[in-house]
Amino acid sequence: MAPQVSTTRATGKPKGAGRRIHLPAWWLVLPAVALLGAFFAFPVGRIVGDSLFDGGFGLSHYTALFSDGVTVRVLLRTILVALAVATVTLLMAYPYAYLMTIVSPRARALLMVIVLLPFWTSLMARGFAWVLLLQDNGPIDKLLGLRLMGTAWAVIVAMAQVLLAFMVLPLYSSMQTIDRRLLSAAASLGAARRSAFLRVYLPLSVPGIVAGFSLVFILSVGFYVIPALLGSSQQAVVAQLIQERTSALLDFAGAGALGTLLLIVTLALLVVVQLAARRGLVGRRGPAPATAPEGGR
Amino acid sequence: MVLRRISPLRIVVALVALVLLVPTLMVIPMSFTSGSTFEFPPKGFSLRWYDNFFSDPAWRDALLNSLWIGLLVTVVATVLGAASAYGLSRTRARGRAVVRGLHMAPQIVPNIVVAVAIYAIFLRWGLTGTTLGFVLAHVCLALPFVLVAVTTSLVGLDRRLEHAAASLGANPWQTFFRVTLPAIRPGVLSGAVFAFATSFDEVVVSLFLRSPELQTLPVKMFDAVTVEIDPTIAAASSLIVVVTTIAVVIPVLLRRPEKSNSESTR
Repeated sequence: MAPQVSTTRATGKPKGAGRRIHLPAWWLVLPAVALLGAFFAFPVGRIVGDSLFDGGFGLSHYTALFSDGVTVRVLLRTILVALAVATVTLLMAYPYAYLMTIVSPRARALLMVIVLLPFWTSLMARGFAWVLLLQDNGPIDKLLGLRLMGTAWAVIVAMAQVLLAFMVLPLYSSMQTIDRRLLSAAASLGAARRSAFLRVYLPLSVPGIVAGFSLVFILSVGFYVIPALLGSSQQAVVAQLIQERTSALLDFAGAGALGTLLLIVTLALLVVVQLAARRGLVGRRGPAPATAPEGGR
Repeated sequence: MVLRRISPLRIVVALVALVLLVPTLMVIPMSFTSGSTFEFPPKGFSLRWYDNFFSDPAWRDALLNSLWIGLLVTVVATVLGAASAYGLSRTRARGRAVVRGLHMAPQIVPNIVVAVAIYAIFLRWGLTGTTLGFVLAHVCLALPFVLVAVTTSLVGLDRRLEHAAASLGANPWQTFFRVTLPAIRPGVLSGAVFAFATSFDEVVVSLFLRSPELQTLPVKMFDAVTVEIDPTIAAASSLIVVVTTIAVVIPVLLRRPEKSNSESTR
């Protein structure tokens, strides 16, 4: 019946009907957009702008950073720490998330609670707990003889524990969608358990790995609290430099330049990961379901 | 049966579970120390730090400020975030991706950058050290969580329900409040919980916005570790750990029977 109606009416009618049913969409978005624009986007844009335009347009604030002999080292350390944290959390979270997908609902609920508890617990409480553990003459120092307080190692260990949930959750939600019958299929076609895992399961879990890795990396790169509690100015990360420039020196242009560098690192990682993921997924996922059962071997 | 299930995988997972749980528990024995340092294992037993937490005006005010700001943030962020999620789900207009990106950006821009940027502007606008300043900044940080939570529940919503309501004569407001909102209530509630937790737990922006007259609990805790060496933070942390544990575990315990019922009927 509907197709018989003249085209102008056909295209016009559903739109009009939709409008009448629902509140006008853009009005609903406006308050949050205005708030975010004024109190988030504008300040961030401004601090990036200040780093370029303060005292006439130029990269002077950046060249100053790159020639002071400290910033480059701190920036590299920050990236390495973030990579280390993301890697450590991945290694710990992968078996955890995997087990969550194969146990009984009751055990899964328990594992989920264990992940969510620290996730919801105050960051300051958890940071403080790590101060207790790692302080000089603290339990780790006494029992293992490891004086980690004030080092990048302390920062890595504590940050990995604090951010572990952010790795487990994306991994689990991606692994949940993997059809485990593919593993049986691979086994029935003669694949050993290990190679079935490496060649079927692992590639299918790549989206979760990518999501978790980039999330944890991004959170690590901009993390201030844990380095401030457990690190030191000798082994500082960029967040500490930014804080110091802002609070102690009131050098907003310099802090803005440092912040912009962090922002660039973050966005670069997102772009790289997105491209790599897309390519990897298209290459692997496409043929996998089709060829694994048939031409697997 | 349990023994049969022991495997290298399970042992690794048990260790990871310990790593997740145990470190934080350190704060509980610490909170009962009778000494006035962070010496661990703690010496003696006393409740003096709990007493101090509730009697010292600085700690009590910090807690009350955090609760009040958290409450305001919850209301504002949930209403604005839910409205945005609803609006975004009901339009195909161009610019949708940009608007969504703006909502999610506070999660992507490094935390310390957000803090310094907001601080620089709020100094100029006289918003540092004010409740309004804290609320505005925390709402920005909470909006991504609310948007995601509400959007998720909107995706599962059968829109024919709304069409049915409208065709039966409900106006848009009635449709929203009597059909849509009840259906997406779980998403809105979890968004609200996220918003409160975001504000109540926020450290970095608050460290910049604080003034001698106005600070939040995480800021006071930060000072207690870095400047004052005040074991009251152990009492505060222990209380937070206990309250959080109750809040996380109880819903799971309550949900359990429902789940097993639906499974047995299947």
